[in-house]
Amino acid sequence: MNAPSNQEAVVRTVNIVKQYGEGEAAVRALNGVSCEIFGGEYLSIMGPSGSGKSTFFNMIGGLDKPNEGSVFVNSVDIAQLTPRELAFLRCHTIGYIFQTFNLITVRTALENVTLPMLFAGTAPDEAEDRGMKLLDLVGLGHRYHHRPTELSGGQQQRVAIARSLANNPAIILADEPTGNLDLKTGQEIIDLLKRLQSDHGVTIISATHDHKMLDVSDRIFHIRDGQLADIETKAERATAVAH
Amino acid sequence: MTGDKSQFKNVDPPLWVAWHQALASIRVRFFRQLITSSGIALGIAFLVSMQTLRAAESDVAKDQARLQWLIGTSLIMCLVGVTNSMLMSVTERFREIGTIKCLGASDGFIVKVFFIEAALLGLVGSAMGAVLGGLLGFGVNAANGLSVPFLTIVPAMLGGVVLGLLLTVVAAIAPAVQAAKMPAAAALRVDI
Repeated sequence: MNAPSNQEAVVRTVNIVKQYGEGEAAVRALNGVSCEIFGGEYLSIMGPSGSGKSTFFNMIGGLDKPNEGSVFVNSVDIAQLTPRELAFLRCHTIGYIFQTFNLITVRTALENVTLPMLFAGTAPDEAEDRGMKLLDLVGLGHRYHHRPTELSGGQQQRVAIARSLANNPAIILADEPTGNLDLKTGQEIIDLLKRLQSDHGVTIISATHDHKMLDVSDRIFHIRDGQLADIETKAERATAVAH
Repeated sequence: MTGDKSQFKNVDPPLWVAWHQALASIRVRFFRQLITSSGIALGIAFLVSMQTLRAAESDVAKDQARLQWLIGTSLIMCLVGVTNSMLMSVTERFREIGTIKCLGASDGFIVKVFFIEAALLGLVGSAMGAVLGGLLGFGVNAANGLSVPFLTIVPAMLGGVVLGLLLTVVAAIAPAVQAAKMPAAAALRVDI
């Protein structure tokens, strides 16, 4: 494909099929998707609702298993993992960001960020130090003791980003991260994600409709009717926009 | 890294992490949890008060039969009430379970949190219920001129606490295990 050959694939899917329901009522959300996602790239996944975008997203994040085909994360076939190993993968390798933020409402901002570290076996003191650093990184160090209900949408999403970075993951999966935010706050979140990618080398994979998000992407996957219809690179998009 | 799984050694966090999560959940949702444990308390109170009444009852066979019937009914009411309260309080949190899974919690950790939470709620709820029921039964007995030594209703009260605790834990653990085993995507999708 169009990606430089010197990059290593962090995620590779081979012909994945996902079907919901059985018999006549069966719906094929994904119908044979094969792709490679490279380390350190900023990838956007686009597609109308119902295209299978979210299903694809769940597959590469190890949140759901395909009916056929395989998903490899860092060359490990995640279908072969036990629930415990899958938990380990989610804990150490992938950071998740959701459209609806999904912070743990009963815990403070800092506790939300440190929880994944505790799952990883980090000592509480160390977790707290790193949690504060991450909150500072997203510009919320001063609100560490607030609970999610006391924060604005943009602030909640920033806590979620700090949380996704908790265990230095190789991949950040963001499912419409700007979908519930106003334009200005959305732009701040995009800038933050872009900065993480360029400064820290994190791979960002994001499902989105947001054109500002597409503008900073290295590549864009277009998903239609459960298939990977098109892969657009930054250069191609630049010329397309210019015309 | 090539297909090597030996690096995937997950250790569960120490118990206090689950304990803090359970306590935070009770503290923040205090009123919601208060209603849940009142449901448990009422069920147990009904059961214990019926047993207190029986302790005082004459040995007329007809009365005995009627009281047995009442105790049976109260037991069923208690079962349904407690189970319903706990089922609801767990199923409305499937999303939270899905999120915690995404953060890397093992299935065991999730079940542990709900176990601690349910045990605490169950203990407080059924202890309140047992005391309430005991007092109620005692009062009714006294009003009818029957005196029952306090010690005779202690087993009924203790039994009520144990039963309440068991019911709460079982009713909470069943849906929690179900949710923990779900693929994370499915748990996140659940909307109630």
